[in-house]
Amino acid sequence: MPALPLDEAGKYVAGAYSVFVVLVIIYVAVIGARIARLERELETLGDLMDARGSGER
Amino acid sequence: MTLALVFFYAPVDADQGFVQKIFYVHVPMAIVALGGFVAGGVMAIMYLRTRDRSWDMRSYVAIHLSVILGLGVLATGAIWAKASWGHWWVWDEPVLVSFLIVFLLYCCYQPLRFSIEDPERQARYASVFAIAAGAFVPINFAAVRMAESFTHPRVLSQTGGDLPGSMRLTFLVAIVAMTLLFVTLWKLELTSKHAREQLGRLRRGLERERDAAPRTATDSVAPASAGR
Repeated sequence: MPALPLDEAGKYVAGAYSVFVVLVIIYVAVIGARIARLERELETLGDLMDARGSGER
Repeated sequence: MTLALVFFYAPVDADQGFVQKIFYVHVPMAIVALGGFVAGGVMAIMYLRTRDRSWDMRSYVAIHLSVILGLGVLATGAIWAKASWGHWWVWDEPVLVSFLIVFLLYCCYQPLRFSIEDPERQARYASVFAIAAGAFVPINFAAVRMAESFTHPRVLSQTGGDLPGSMRLTFLVAIVAMTLLFVTLWKLELTSKHAREQLGRLRRGLERERDAAPRTATDSVAPASAGR
């Protein structure tokens, strides 16, 4: 097959690089969401500890 | 930096034209994904040798991340194939089909792992799978290299390969960048999993303490009320 002209080839190249970027963004977003959930849980545990500490006093 | 090298330093391929730029994302991603599968197998060996659960977790994260990269390899490969050959997929191309076989093999890893509830057995079975599949990757790679028909060019070989200097440098930088990205994401997921595990331990400890507290209070009251 002959080489594609730049305007047509550009679409394929942009598509391929976009797939890569989107995959990385989705992955980082999922991990980020998990870390945010961990942070919320950690805050809840911290509140629990504080409440227990004030109850003991 | 890699993108700058790809689009401003590496020359446009005389045969394929601008479409060849896909090579700098597709091939490093494939190499790193396959390397990740093998690394997952090596980490699984370390788990079976030491029985340290952190090795199992490292192996799991490496394989999980490699499967995601594998998905990217298949997608970018299909785009490149459509642009170069006019077809999204070519079944008689050994490199494509062998990568698909490896990808599908590793797609079985997660269902197998999470079908087992006992954590000890889960880690052991997953490790055995990771080692067997990890050993299959280089064997598969060697088999494809020994195959007679080549439509994929050999870009790296002991005699120098087919790449001119600037393309070769860009390609090597792309491999390094992809490896660094893989290691960064691997560490990120590993840290998040480790933090979740520690948080779970902390929560369970607090719940045990909370459950034990009223019982202790009842126990200390019980003998006095029994005596009455």
